[in-house]
Amino acid sequence: MSPGSLAVSPSKVAPSALDAAVLRRDFPILDQMVNGHSLAYLDNAATTQKPLPVLAALESYYRHDNANVHRGIHELSRRATVAYEEARIRIARFIGAPHASELIFTRGTTEGINLMAWSWGLEFLKEGDEIILTAMEHHSNVVPWQLVARRTGAKLRWLEIDSEGRLAIDVLPKLLSKRTKLVTFTHVSNVLGTVNPVADIVRTVKQGSDAIVLIDGAQAVPHLPVDVAALGCDAYAFSGHKMCGPTGIGALWARKSLLESMPPFHGGGEMIRVVEREGSTWADLPHKFEAGTPDISGAIGLGAAVDYLTQVGMPAIAHHEKELLAYALGRLAEVKGFRPLGPSDLSQRSGVISFTLGDAHPHDISTILDSEGVAVRAGHHCAQLIMRCYGLPATTRASFYFYNTTQDVDRLVAGLHVVRGIFG
Amino acid sequence: MTEQAPLNSLYQQLILEHYRHPKNKSDLPDKTVEVRMHNPVCGDEIQLQLKVEGDEIKSAHFAGQGCSISQASVSMMTSLLVGRKLADADALAARFTELMHGNASAASDKALGDLRALQGVAKFPVRIKCALLGFDALLEALKQSGHSGHGKIP
Repeated sequence: MSPGSLAVSPSKVAPSALDAAVLRRDFPILDQMVNGHSLAYLDNAATTQKPLPVLAALESYYRHDNANVHRGIHELSRRATVAYEEARIRIARFIGAPHASELIFTRGTTEGINLMAWSWGLEFLKEGDEIILTAMEHHSNVVPWQLVARRTGAKLRWLEIDSEGRLAIDVLPKLLSKRTKLVTFTHVSNVLGTVNPVADIVRTVKQGSDAIVLIDGAQAVPHLPVDVAALGCDAYAFSGHKMCGPTGIGALWARKSLLESMPPFHGGGEMIRVVEREGSTWADLPHKFEAGTPDISGAIGLGAAVDYLTQVGMPAIAHHEKELLAYALGRLAEVKGFRPLGPSDLSQRSGVISFTLGDAHPHDISTILDSEGVAVRAGHHCAQLIMRCYGLPATTRASFYFYNTTQDVDRLVAGLHVVRGIFG
Repeated sequence: MTEQAPLNSLYQQLILEHYRHPKNKSDLPDKTVEVRMHNPVCGDEIQLQLKVEGDEIKSAHFAGQGCSISQASVSMMTSLLVGRKLADADALAARFTELMHGNASAASDKALGDLRALQGVAKFPVRIKCALLGFDALLEALKQSGHSGHGKIP
């Protein structure tokens, strides 16, 4: 991506002055009619749209440089390898990783967490050990640990959430002991929008146990400046497609010493040093954890996405989404029966609004909003444990990104009035 | 670009009426079969309870929660099941499935009763599974009651 290709030059504007209306020009998909209305895309917690520089990077790679990485001596292979490894360096820098070799490319957050569960978990967890997770987790940070706990005899312990969707952090010291081997939780809730105080929690964990800390960063890296070194955690997983990158690519960052202590996750080409009949030795980091031909174009696309986000500016993105959240909660309060979940203190939340609306079911709300050109998500959002905490089968969720505007919010509000018209 | 059908073709008054005031939504103490159907995508859930004697359905009740389409559909369905032979219930499921697939003759088939109000769902493909949830439960209940029909919604 050429530096001049952005619609806005962040060097010339204050962080608060991100111009979503201008940035939208980089996202041609947003400029379309859906069911007779211009599209208002408010399903960004599910996946985000891709800006032109990311699309261009994918096309350019396949047009000019496509080859397998790390093994050819020829020119195209050299170019593909350089592009793939440079993307790793830029993505690592984007999240504050001390070394690019600590960044493992994965298919997404789910695979990153599974890598930790099946490599670290099977190797180090024993009967009677404890894993602490929270009622706020996405299924992807619950089910892998249930599977590994069953295999190893480790126990799951749960940190609960309060009525406003905040972790009951006060209780955490009492849960910690020398049996605690892992504490894992989400940085930002995909349902409640809660931004957890990761650094504080990590400090508490390290004071009360020898446990490692794994963070699910799927909803954080796209929306906030993230610095894994400053957070103090041991491992951090995130997805590319929720931050303007392609689907099928993500990354797991973990401390070098931790990764070195872990056995490989998948076996195959690319991850070995020497293969003999009796056994094999492993390649150095990060390749030990990247068996087989990786998603080269995906990594390059994600590299282009972090370049784009860097130019827009993560502080500006966080600020814009916060303003949009405040505006939205104010306007939505006008809609009779509207009840949002999550913290009332906006400093503790990101641009995600899950809500109920009278006795209208989220599925019906979503269908009606779709007929008005407004895209939201309805359901349990892969977080049935949260739904159970609130006694709700499902919610409707609107989630913002930096290219959303107050007009998108106005469309949501108008759509909900249509819902009220039908469901009373 | 695809145009969605108008909303009023989906949200008929009769559907909203069944959603707000469902028929047969209570426990059936002398049930002979109970089937729980769950749509993991949206969390909709239905427990269908039938009292079957011989090859006849004597009562049909349900419990559950979900969207207006799934709840109205199962409410309407239970109203039509009482007094039916198992084979007739199977045929009703097949006919309703045809309605969901846009079959025009099914839309004017009086045998479908209130269920005809759901014909607009056919124009909202992502909602068809909502309308069929109760019938999925019915087919399983018929199977458990010894009826060996085609037993599957195509």
